[in-house]
Amino acid sequence: MNLRQPNKDRYLNFYFQVHQPRRLGQFSFFDIGTDRDYFDDGLNQIIMRRIAKECYQPTNLLLLKLIGKYPQIRITFSISGVALKQMERFAPAVIESFRMLAATGSVEFLSETYYHSLSALVSPEEFVAQVQLQNKKILELLGVRPTVFRNTELIYSDEIGRIVRDMGFDGILTDGLDDLLKHRSPNHLYEHPANNGLRLFFRNYTLSDDIAFRFVQKKMKTWPLTPEKYIQWLESITEKKDLITLGLDYETFGEHQKKETGIFQFLEGLFATVARHKKYRMITPSEAIALLPPVDSFSIPNLISWADEERDLSAWLGNEMQQDAFETIKELEPVVKKTGNPVMLNTWRYLQTSDHLYYISTKKGEDGNIHNYFSPYPSPYEAFMNYMNIVSDFSLRLNNYERAQALDPTGREKNTQILVT
Amino acid sequence: MFGWEFPPHISGGLGTACFGLTQSLAKRNIHILFVAPKANDHTPFKGVDVISASNIPVPLLSAKKNLSAISGKGEQKIEKKENSSKLISITVPAEILPYFSSDSQFNETTIEQWNYQFNVGRSGASLEKDAKAQVRYPFTGGYGSRLLDEVKLYKEVAGEIARENSFDIIHAHDWSTYPAGIEAKKISGKPLIIHVHATEYDRAGENVDQRVYEIEQSGMQKADRIIAVSQMTKDTITSRYHIPPIKVNVVHNGVAPKKNSSCAAMPQLGNKVVTFLGRITQQKGPGYFVEAAHKVLQRFPEVHFIMAGSGDLLPKMIERVASLKISSHFHFTGFLSSTKVDQIWSISNIYVMPSVSEPFGIAPLEAVMAGVPVIISNQSGVSEVVHHAIKVDFWDTEALASAICNLLAYKSLTNTIRKKSEVEIKKINWDRAAKKINTIYHELTTTK
Repeated sequence: MNLRQPNKDRYLNFYFQVHQPRRLGQFSFFDIGTDRDYFDDGLNQIIMRRIAKECYQPTNLLLLKLIGKYPQIRITFSISGVALKQMERFAPAVIESFRMLAATGSVEFLSETYYHSLSALVSPEEFVAQVQLQNKKILELLGVRPTVFRNTELIYSDEIGRIVRDMGFDGILTDGLDDLLKHRSPNHLYEHPANNGLRLFFRNYTLSDDIAFRFVQKKMKTWPLTPEKYIQWLESITEKKDLITLGLDYETFGEHQKKETGIFQFLEGLFATVARHKKYRMITPSEAIALLPPVDSFSIPNLISWADEERDLSAWLGNEMQQDAFETIKELEPVVKKTGNPVMLNTWRYLQTSDHLYYISTKKGEDGNIHNYFSPYPSPYEAFMNYMNIVSDFSLRLNNYERAQALDPTGREKNTQILVT
Repeated sequence: MFGWEFPPHISGGLGTACFGLTQSLAKRNIHILFVAPKANDHTPFKGVDVISASNIPVPLLSAKKNLSAISGKGEQKIEKKENSSKLISITVPAEILPYFSSDSQFNETTIEQWNYQFNVGRSGASLEKDAKAQVRYPFTGGYGSRLLDEVKLYKEVAGEIARENSFDIIHAHDWSTYPAGIEAKKISGKPLIIHVHATEYDRAGENVDQRVYEIEQSGMQKADRIIAVSQMTKDTITSRYHIPPIKVNVVHNGVAPKKNSSCAAMPQLGNKVVTFLGRITQQKGPGYFVEAAHKVLQRFPEVHFIMAGSGDLLPKMIERVASLKISSHFHFTGFLSSTKVDQIWSISNIYVMPSVSEPFGIAPLEAVMAGVPVIISNQSGVSEVVHHAIKVDFWDTEALASAICNLLAYKSLTNTIRKKSEVEIKKINWDRAAKKINTIYHELTTTK
């Protein structure tokens, strides 16, 4: 294999996001103070096993097969720690197949926040802590150290870029919004305005959504979408030296779009065609950083994301309930950290998973439908009530814990001893 | 259009619905002849002529036949009081099984016999022999023990009206007017729409009155089209009355925009007030409200609960509240006039409608209009159109109590629901319903 592949002067980066939240159980107002469990791991097990069977496992095996046939294939994954943990518990075979993918050398794994959280908005310390946990988990399970980062739901701003660079990452993925890019193309590598060496990858959302959403839409003129048609679109918009970043939920394959839609045949056909294509070279983010110079620096002062029409934070913080819920959990940080109790800390972080806030969205229309599709609750109000009851219970537990510690001087001494050693 | 209730003679949602609907249909240039059993003191508005069935003369001979059929074996005696002011009084023994009324304000259980006083339309020497002699039925228009009989007489009047007027469509609201609608169709040959605001299964649970059921089913069978106020009602019509779904259109009710009426201030009961408003009958699930109140008071002892309305379960509710020892925070108002209802809204923080079976349910929409967040049961038609509300199963008092506690505890929840529902409610109006009904009218008049 010729690494330089001289004729291939257009670059394609396929990035797949893998995430499953740890869903909460039913928690009534009257459960507050009763020591009831927060998580419905029975449900989480059922869902993880179903998705493992319909999506993760068959897609992983398909990719392994394709890589075996076409070693020039390159794939990028980001798998939330919360998802990894649930795979370990409920579907360990998926971890095994991801490990095999990692071993091919054709696959890169990105880093993110372990809890798939909005911790970047909680505090820099908390953000960094959750990223470190994720790095540890990826190393432990897959044996690799990520060098490129993607934040929860591609949430990004210059400030987040600065912290990410300080953590030692070489690049970050975010969404290529028209409003933001104006006349600039998303199909290039850019760099952080602080000239700190951080590279920015912009997702080409149109080409990504063609697969993620429009593949199954029979009312589209272009239906059915074939690999040949897709390559034609690619060719019609790309120029020499372009780097196209395609980012989509991994669950697109077999979960959001069922096997019967032909999505697996499409994926297989697309990868085989691109791998054999004379113009396109598949590339991972770290390869791209090594190979391609940034064309310009790019400043993004305000927070953006890949979610909903607005591509801002309104999917999680769009209404008063969401803001209330987020502020409540955020304000617990000093109390939780003061306890020094790892179980408390872990629980608090699980409650930060962005999905809990996403379910509380009251948006309507297309975006509202997508929120509803993902939500296990009949309405945002049920989602809010359930979440807040749990957070209230958690606050109560924290208070009780603090009081118990204050009353128990031996406990305090133990803590001091730990600090001393 | 035949309807048992029309303002100001309303006891529930039916009259409100008929009023709202006729107003919006009139805006679409549809001329409506509305026949209410009793409407003498009504002020008519543009496009709608309200006819009081009580003022429609019917031939005396057929009236006598009718009354005789009602009372049984010719037991009625007809007294002539011609000398004193042209009145004929027919006394009919009320042994005819009293129809159970769920509405205690109209319960007339003590009536043993009832009198019809007929205004004689034509004076004549020999009334008995005068085939053209006419009488009028003074309908009560209520839901008392005479209801089934009034329904029969109302049908008779409908026949007269169908003979005397020209119209294109017959539209009959709820079972008490179905026989009238069928009669009008028989005489005029015009298409009949029956509009189902409630079925006997909603009112009576499983203990349906077979006679009412038969009237309902016959109306549904003979109608050219059926309008159901919700998908839930449509499902009842198809499953319980065995009507093909294709014949049934769902048209959700609306709510009329509220005029800014200033109402007298109510004494403040406390910081937070949770309200139940509706008939206190099995259908409305008042017992679940009481149980939920008891649970909430264990966490929020300062909250007050109001149960507004009356009904046959009222005594039972009062007893239950007393036995739970929550009477100091649980208040009964009895039946309320509409201005009193406005006062109740003004002091309510939460409205709860725990109905066991509510074909639609306009009250929650009125609560939203008044800025009160609502909790409604999943077993209600209104839950099909209101999204910004908390919904629970009526039997789940734990979930209901939890929802009340949540609204009390988290201000952002109350604020969001209030804001979003106020926007949403603007789209739930009678014009939207009238538009759909107008389409049905056109379908029926063009295919005929």
